[in-house]
This record gives sequence, structure tokens and C-alpha cells, in this order.
Amino acid sequence: MAWLIDGLSWLALLGGVFFMIVGGVGLLRMPDFYTRLHAASITDTLGAGLILLGLMLQGGWTLVSAKLLLILLFLWFTSPTATHALVKAALSDPENPRPLLHEDAPSSKS
Amino acid sequence: MLHALSLWLFCLGLWLLLSGLFDNPLLLSFGALSCTLVVFVAWRVEQVDPEEQPLRLRFGPQLILYWPWLLRQVVLANIDVARRILDPKLPISPALIQLKPSQRSELGRVIYANSITLTPGTVTTSLSGDSLEVHALTREGADALLAGGMDRRVAGLERGNP
Amino acid sequence: MFAAAAFGILACMVLAMARALLGPTVYDRIMAVNAFGTKTVLIIAVLGFMSGRPDFMDIALVYALINFIGTIAVLKFIRYGDMGWPRNVPDEPGDL
Repeated sequence: MAWLIDGLSWLALLGGVFFMIVGGVGLLRMPDFYTRLHAASITDTLGAGLILLGLMLQGGWTLVSAKLLLILLFLWFTSPTATHALVKAALSDPENPRPLLHEDAPSSKS
Repeated sequence: MLHALSLWLFCLGLWLLLSGLFDNPLLLSFGALSCTLVVFVAWRVEQVDPEEQPLRLRFGPQLILYWPWLLRQVVLANIDVARRILDPKLPISPALIQLKPSQRSELGRVIYANSITLTPGTVTTSLSGDSLEVHALTREGADALLAGGMDRRVAGLERGNP
Repeated sequence: MFAAAAFGILACMVLAMARALLGPTVYDRIMAVNAFGTKTVLIIAVLGFMSGRPDFMDIALVYALINFIGTIAVLKFIRYGDMGWPRNVPDEPGDL
């Protein structure tokens, strides 16, 4: 049983690192600010979630795991708020470039 | 009064969880004292900036079923966006769309907007009154939101809605 | 194995730092610094497990709190040029 939990936790850690690096690559590859936000939200949700899940499996039923769960819940509650504040500030700044939009997007605003 | 008491108990539970001290009476009393201080400050803030009554949601199967559903959506959207980032052609089609949320309470709309932002590929850009503006990374993501599956689920959390 | 995870997170921090240095607009930089802070929280947690010191989790938790509040504070400062109440800007409903 112990080896199963160990293996699962390594798998979760590796998956988390994979998603983090994908998010980092997306942060560099995306063409404008508004699309980069989506790449950043990958690292905030599944990257952080899988790494903390892997650590929780290592910790077992202890106070450390409860703290890790608290960190995870906190990250998942605050990252949408921070992203929303960021995009709202960027859109309300007249000097900031407008988002690039695909031409045949559904009911898009120009 | 009930609100203050439940806040105090919540703070005390959090303090016990984070400190891990259960047997030192002096430190426990300090913890209880700091919780009282927090409740007092929260009461002062509430007078300046009142909050909508938080417990407007229906506690039932919908609330328990919503979180696993949202988690599944987040994982699926993560895999989709990760595939698009790793694709050499970068197949994205950004769109800015308007949504009309059908939730009646402010809390329901905030849960809806936060769920949209938590899902990679879609970000809520503004929430004012009864309209919601969303920036989507792909056209498929925008179409899925316009279809309104998540909107109906969040509206189902509210008291009185079917 | 914890070391491998720590190296992966460090590589990702380098990518975020590159975006913070390149970023054409100030919002790109704030976003990159926010992502950098999230990764710092994770690396503190991993390092806590690596060195067998569970006290690091408290530091990670506090760092997560400070990261969020810092992002909001910097955004507010850039929007209003002031950390306090926006005195010189007319009231707009639904700001930040």
C-alpha cells in the first residue's frame, strides 16, 4: 500500500511540474497580454494543485497535510480574484493595447 | 450575534489547526484573545462597509455536486489549453463575448464569474449589474460558455431556483 | 525526487522571470511577478519536505497571503497613484 501512495505522489509531482513548465512556456509564447493570462492560470490551477496533492500524499493524515490543503484552497480562491483585478485594470487603462481578437469570433466587440 | 459567534468559532478552529498547540493553557488563552480581537475588527469593518448576508445558498446535493463538476471542467480545460500551447502552430482564436447571467443574487453571480476565471481559457473581464464580459482564448471555449451549462448549474445553487 | 520537482519549479520560475523582464506593458510584468510568487509558495513547500522541516508550510501559507495582497496593492497603486482611498478620481461603481 505504501509503494502505491508513493508512486501516486511522484506521479502527481511530475504532472504538476509538467503543467507548470507548459504554463511558463505559454507565458513566453502567447502573442498578447490577455492570452498570456490564460497560460498563467494553468500554473495557478492544475500546476499548483498537482504539486500540493503530491506533497499531501507524502505527508499522510497529519497537520502538515491540513496546512497544504489550506494553501491549495487559498490559492484557488485568490487566483481568480487577482486575475480579474489584473485584467480589469489593464482594460480600463487607455494606454494599454486592446486585446487581439480573432476576426470571426462570436458576437465580439470591436 | 450568531454571526459573530460563528466567526469566532471559525477563527478559533483555524488558530488551532495552524498552531497545532492543544495543551498549553496560556497560549490557548492568547489564541482565544486574538480571535476576539479579529471578531471586534470585523464588526467595526462591517459598520463601514456592510456585506450581503452570506448564507443565501441552498445547502443540498447541488452544492456537493458542483465542486467535483467544476474540478473536472478545470482539469479538462487545463489539458486543452496545454495542448494548444505545445502545438507549434499555436491554434488560438481569442474572443471577447457578453454573457447574461441568470443568477439573481450577487453571491451567485460572483461564484459564476470566479468559476469562469478559475477555468483556464476563459477570464471574466467585467461584472457589472446583470451583464458579464468574458475574454476567451479559443472560440470553442466561448461557444461552450454561450451554451450556458455552467450558468444553469450555478443558478441551481441558489435558494428557490429549480 | 523532491530535488527533481524543485528543479522543475526553478526552471518555470526562470520562464516567468523572463516574461517579467521582457513584458512590454506594466501589466505583463505584474502578471509574471504574481505567477513567480505562486511558484515561490510551491518551492517553499517542496523545500520544507526536502529538508524535513514541516514549519516551512507556515511560511508558504503566509507567502501566499502576501503575494495576493501585494498584487492587489500594486494594481491599486498603478491605477490611482495612491495606496489610500482614491481621492482625486471620481467614483466609479465596481472598481477593483
